[in-house]
Amino acid sequence: MTHQFDAVVVGAGGAGLWAALELSGTANTAVLSKLYPTRSHTGAAQGGIGAALGNMEEDHWEWHAFDTVKGGDYLCDQDAVEVMCREAIDTVYELEHRGLPFSRTEDGRIAQRPFGGHSREFGKGPVRRSCYAADRTGHMILQTLYQQCIKNQVRFFDEFHVVDLLIEENVCRGVIAYCLADGTLHTFRAKAVILATGGCGRMFRITSNAYALTGDGMALAYRRGVPLEDMEFFQFHPTGIYKMGILITEGARGEGGVLRNARGERFMERYAPTMKDLAPRDMISRFIYREIREGRGIDGQDYVHLDLTHLPAETIETRLPDITDFVRTYLGVDPVSQPIPVQPTAHYVMGGIPTDLDARVVIDEKNTPLPGLYAAGECACVSVHGANRLGTNSLVDILVFGRRAGKHAASYVREVELPPLPRDPQARARAEIERLLANTGDERPIAIRDELRRVMMEDAGVVRTGESLQRVIEKLGELKERYARVGVRDQSKQFNTALLETVELGYLLELAEVLAKSAFAREESRGAHYREDFPNRNDTEWLRHTLAYRTEKGIELRYKPVTVTTFPPQERKY
Amino acid sequence: MRYTIRIRRFNPEVDQRPRWQEFTVEMEPTDRLLDALQEIKEHQDETLAFRRSCAHGICGSDAMIINGINRLACKMLLKDLGPRITVEPLRGFKVLRDLIVDMDSFFEQYRSIKPYLIKGGEPPATEYRQTPAERAVYDDTTKCILCAACTTSCPIFWANQTFVGPAALVNAHRFIFDSRDEGAEERLEIVNKRMGVWRCRTIFNCTDACPRGIGVTKAIEDLKRALLYKKL
Repeated sequence: MTHQFDAVVVGAGGAGLWAALELSGTANTAVLSKLYPTRSHTGAAQGGIGAALGNMEEDHWEWHAFDTVKGGDYLCDQDAVEVMCREAIDTVYELEHRGLPFSRTEDGRIAQRPFGGHSREFGKGPVRRSCYAADRTGHMILQTLYQQCIKNQVRFFDEFHVVDLLIEENVCRGVIAYCLADGTLHTFRAKAVILATGGCGRMFRITSNAYALTGDGMALAYRRGVPLEDMEFFQFHPTGIYKMGILITEGARGEGGVLRNARGERFMERYAPTMKDLAPRDMISRFIYREIREGRGIDGQDYVHLDLTHLPAETIETRLPDITDFVRTYLGVDPVSQPIPVQPTAHYVMGGIPTDLDARVVIDEKNTPLPGLYAAGECACVSVHGANRLGTNSLVDILVFGRRAGKHAASYVREVELPPLPRDPQARARAEIERLLANTGDERPIAIRDELRRVMMEDAGVVRTGESLQRVIEKLGELKERYARVGVRDQSKQFNTALLETVELGYLLELAEVLAKSAFAREESRGAHYREDFPNRNDTEWLRHTLAYRTEKGIELRYKPVTVTTFPPQERKY
Repeated sequence: MRYTIRIRRFNPEVDQRPRWQEFTVEMEPTDRLLDALQEIKEHQDETLAFRRSCAHGICGSDAMIINGINRLACKMLLKDLGPRITVEPLRGFKVLRDLIVDMDSFFEQYRSIKPYLIKGGEPPATEYRQTPAERAVYDDTTKCILCAACTTSCPIFWANQTFVGPAALVNAHRFIFDSRDEGAEERLEIVNKRMGVWRCRTIFNCTDACPRGIGVTKAIEDLKRALLYKKL
């Protein structure tokens, strides 16, 4: 079946929904989601949106920009950071006008609270910048944007899983989607495609990411010749619930929570005397790792405590209600009176599909756009997060660049004709699905997935070495070979989730390989990429972005310069 | 520990009618029921079909009937369910396959109450003001994740699927009691219809079923009172 639209948005989280809102006024737009839109992972974001409203105390977007660049260990493109921090303010107000129920100050303004790495006057001390709705900020964003899409009569295709991207002669022409309900393939012909498919945290054993986060948009673009930028930078959030990876928001430390080791010491005081428990995530994750390795994990195990017990019960119950519920449900622990066992959890990929400031996908060192293709949110790399994303900036990113993608695409589709489809556009997707259904060997996708997640966690996680990354690369070679023989036993047409999970595993393997090879090549430590064999940042050789291309001979790495405008690289101290 | 999980299965391409199937799994008592379903799918029968995504009670994908009551599979620990557990698809919607039901009518009902802020005029340069007290009035109903546990626990809905249902009413409440909103009258008119709020017989199943702890029945009562006394 073939559908025709001006624009197709892939993914219905915050970035996709806002792009759709911008488009829906003037362009015939479809939103494709492999879930129901309200199931998207934006809904799991807890702590807040960073925006220098200055509702609680003096603040400026330039301070926000500095924190973002410093948090990103100077790998951010500073022109993009300036755009994001400036427009953050306006997007927060617009969200409020569209109905988002923010928590409030006594005089009725949007309430703000401290967050990791947010500072006043370029690093002098913490500032209250995170705009929040209790600890459900992402849920409220997702609901509000979905509601606005209903109001604006956006056309949704729910449970349509995009399995191919149509690019020919360097022009994007649409996508192929698999309909879960009946197993049919659909061609969506369009002038513009906006990829907003989120992250790929499911390649790690311990992750805060939903099952759905398998890097679909990134892998599809990569397979069709688009490079992936800075994939070696993967953020581990310091406070995941022990063993489960479920996130405990940084807002818990913003409200006064502290981390303690087996001796009860507030160890972050030693490592970051000014920001302490509100230092950036990459540093805290690394220091938790160090405490554990030096034998100061709780009971000698691989976790530490997040202690909220000194806070008033009312603060915990009213400002952190959801995480209180998670901790009670999953651990049987009451955070009012007991510390919470936490460990670093794979959380966010800073890298992704390279884009320019209008979210147009760019394909080389000179930032040449690929006409008709856009990317926004976690699947994209603009790059505002550099080597380590600042807390709250994922929400800022999806809002600002989702909106920009929608605005630019809306004007683009007015100017161009609908490009013709390639001959037999479904051929590749059909062949892949038929292959997976026809294979009858013993190779099971689950065994491959489990090995992938283990090796990534152990050897490409918080701390890496050339040797450990070499092990990952070898393992991935073996797993990819086994994946070629993998078969799906379920032959049903309707809701064949086993088939789609196997397709998703193929995406994860591909992206893991890009991550490992990019990380192996980068012989320095910067932000979330920490190499024990190269423990220092090296600006002379490595102040540059990685671009990984898929070629017939394997992965080819190229590099492009970082845009530095206002903030020259300095040593990072907190 | 060993758990026996009895699942109501239906694959329209094979089965004439739904059937029960038992699986035995070795799990930790602190594992989620969702983990046990994954274990079955991954190691025993990959044809078992269910929806899931976030796995911690936020996305609303995995509502099902667990030991007879509506719950999210990712928020129930095995130790709280006992060694023999029964799992069925939500009641009142068409079963598409195994634990997957057709949610289209549910989202249709949600859309019918105009679930978005209605406000005229140009917005101010900064935020609309709202005090913490005004915000608190509708805080509870902002928590809804549209999992459908409430609506499909309601006997009135089982009997008549044109009843708008608790979830849509919760979302009507979320906007009607928002001090910024100007659409209360048109929404109240909608919920005042024959298949609206008056079908509710305050059975409280919905309140028991809500995985987010929303006082669903209370929210519905607030709507009834607003209609009776013409006062918000």
